[in-house]
Amino acid sequence: MLSPYRVLDLTDGEELLSAKLLGDLGADVIKIENPGGSAARRIGPFYHDEIDTEKSLFWFAFNTSKRGITLNLETADGREIFKTLVKTADCIIESFPPGYLDGLGLGYKTLESINPGIVLVSISPFGQSGPYKHYKASDIVSWAMGGEMYVTGDPDRPPVRISYHSQARMHAAVEASVGAVAALYNRAATGEGQHVDVSVQECVVQVAHQFTTMFWDTNGIILTRAKPSMFSNLRTTRLWACRDGYVVFSVSSGVHAKRNNYPLFDLMESRDMGDEYLRSMDWDTFSFTTTTQEIVDRIEEPIRKFFLKYSKAELLKLGVEYRVQVYPVATAADVQESVQLAARDYWVELDHPELGTAIRYPGAFVVASETPVRVSHRAPLLGEHNLEIYEKELGFSHEKLITLKQANVI
Amino acid sequence: MRKKLFEDIKVLDFTWAAAGPMATKVLSDYGAEVIKIENHRHPDGTRVGGPFKDNIPGLNRSACFNQWNTSKRSILLDLSQPKGLEVAKKLAAWADIAIENFSGGTVKRMGLGYEELKKVNPGIIMLSSCMMGQTGPYAAHPGVGPLLTALSGFNHITGWPDREPLGPSGAYTDFIGPRFTLLALLSALDLRRRTGKGQYLDLSQFETSVHFMAPVLLDSIVNNRTVDRIGNRLDYAAPHGAYRCWGEDRWCVIAVFTDKDWECFCEVIGNPPWTKEPQFGTLWARKQNEDELDRLVNEWTMNYAPEQVMEMMQSAGVAAGIVQNAQDLQERDPQLKHRHLFWKLNHPEAGEYTSLRPNFLVSKSPHELQRAPLLGEHNEYVLKEILKMSDDEIADLVVDGVLD
Repeated sequence: MLSPYRVLDLTDGEELLSAKLLGDLGADVIKIENPGGSAARRIGPFYHDEIDTEKSLFWFAFNTSKRGITLNLETADGREIFKTLVKTADCIIESFPPGYLDGLGLGYKTLESINPGIVLVSISPFGQSGPYKHYKASDIVSWAMGGEMYVTGDPDRPPVRISYHSQARMHAAVEASVGAVAALYNRAATGEGQHVDVSVQECVVQVAHQFTTMFWDTNGIILTRAKPSMFSNLRTTRLWACRDGYVVFSVSSGVHAKRNNYPLFDLMESRDMGDEYLRSMDWDTFSFTTTTQEIVDRIEEPIRKFFLKYSKAELLKLGVEYRVQVYPVATAADVQESVQLAARDYWVELDHPELGTAIRYPGAFVVASETPVRVSHRAPLLGEHNLEIYEKELGFSHEKLITLKQANVI
Repeated sequence: MRKKLFEDIKVLDFTWAAAGPMATKVLSDYGAEVIKIENHRHPDGTRVGGPFKDNIPGLNRSACFNQWNTSKRSILLDLSQPKGLEVAKKLAAWADIAIENFSGGTVKRMGLGYEELKKVNPGIIMLSSCMMGQTGPYAAHPGVGPLLTALSGFNHITGWPDREPLGPSGAYTDFIGPRFTLLALLSALDLRRRTGKGQYLDLSQFETSVHFMAPVLLDSIVNNRTVDRIGNRLDYAAPHGAYRCWGEDRWCVIAVFTDKDWECFCEVIGNPPWTKEPQFGTLWARKQNEDELDRLVNEWTMNYAPEQVMEMMQSAGVAAGIVQNAQDLQERDPQLKHRHLFWKLNHPEAGEYTSLRPNFLVSKSPHELQRAPLLGEHNEYVLKEILKMSDDEIADLVVDGVLD
């Protein structure tokens, strides 16, 4: 869908996802790295645990469908070459600290004067302006400052984040892709590009707002991880142990009770584990706000026993068959083995000739009938397309390339 | 006034609940004309669920609905009646985009599938967003965000290594889906602008969420490794975590990555003797003694409010923050104030309320949030101004109970 567009990718970290999605959508994405390589190449996990900057699975994941060149923007030669590339580009995505590009003489105003149609997309921890614009952030800081951390965790332990890689920056990355395409679409009507500004903190506030600002704004209530439910002081189970892990299921009350709970009772009965108490309960009048802990425990007892007998995969399959909304707490292996993803041909095999193998990747994020989204090729090696871009496209001589290489420009 | 970003985009919006409306809200806040099809008998779940202003329920008082449906128009239409279906198709002829998020296959059964809409509007872009996609053995299975979050793998990697999986708070995947939905829609719009071709977009929220698990998934695919929860730890940083502060349930977060960070961190906390001990001298050493390190850091942070910790650390160039609660976000955070993330709106039934503006800003195009519509508020506007129906035609629909 985005095949006429060229994107220059100056991001690092999870922000790399932004241009990857544009590449999957067909744009010509050029990842620009420092001659020493992007910091993301040092982030694990690694292919077969071989710790090597050409084997980072993190790098692989977020750089499909891109070509790669090296370029050092901190040299005068590098900046001049960049400006040449800007002339024929449509979009630049960057995640430097606010002001960094301005400091190099590559701020939006300069870029606009080189190419009035250029769309510059900037991703930063707190945005391009404001009292916190120079604050440093990593995922845990963004997650905390955005409000999602406060409401996540056990009451007797600190608030907790989602482990490993930065979810916050992934949200910002997709938002940046949206902003990029929005600005490109708008450019057709106005003839002008613009500067898109994405704050990681704001993306987290969006993630958290339903259980934070919405309750504060509406009724002055602060939900905490100690009391996550507005509606009941009772201990109710949502996470149930099963034979090989856990599943999530919520017993319903009120208007949805019969529609949600009865299918589970049907399923239990079909496996000779039905319970008369559950069947005979008056679900129309049952409410978690008015019942007792004893009753809740009595309801949960036979359900607990039932879930324990089956595996995650079995319960999902039975759930679909009987229309019970029980879902596995999936591990990465479970996701990998998902029946649904396989049936939809979701996974994509990408060749890694230098590894002598192909690796399976998450595929298209949407199934488009006319112009399919395609995860087209593996992440670039360092400087893999230097010759293609510098020599073939820009016409640099061999002498020039040697000089630039030795001067740490490329 | 600068042309609004999505000024000329027309959206026929069948979405309900969270993920769908949050996507069309970005379109409407940036100027698109979004017509929301509603129904008295089966109102949008978010109109029925709370929280409600002053805890008084009402179809026009729901905070969820009002926050997620700013700047949109609402028309009541009974799609189970042939005349209702007809009006919907007339709107499809008018629209650039039709979007729905019922469970897989539903909209086709209703007679509003892509093939049907294409007949009245060959260039229409239609997007269906549901949990698991329109095809496959689990396509029609209902579910909600918190369940998909577990299915996608996020719950398993949230929480403590010695405890059961926790999961992020709320319907986490409901906040991933809309971003991808917008990306798909805008890309398709741009393609159509260039080629005249519309298309059908089958978006599975599961398939979008999996992208946020990509590195962990590749570890499983390539290395056969299934990683578990690690609390607030990070391989290549220490100290790294949430630390207790002065005040009730007040916490800060601190993340020290480089030697320089460590040096500045020690400076801020007054260079106590323990920081000079060899077991804290290098990153690797700190990782081997992290429980003790965290205990010592907590001893310091406990004496300060999180605001103070953040200010002191950030002044020294160390990444640190407040674990902000709802009140911090909406009333105290100076950055969010400066950025005008929260818009105050006035609603005839729910009174004053706050909604978030879109997460991306563009330098030359303004956005404007208008309050969410009352149920069926724009029946007349849509039928008269957009569909150019006569008073008689409208009266017929009323009599037949189509505008309910």
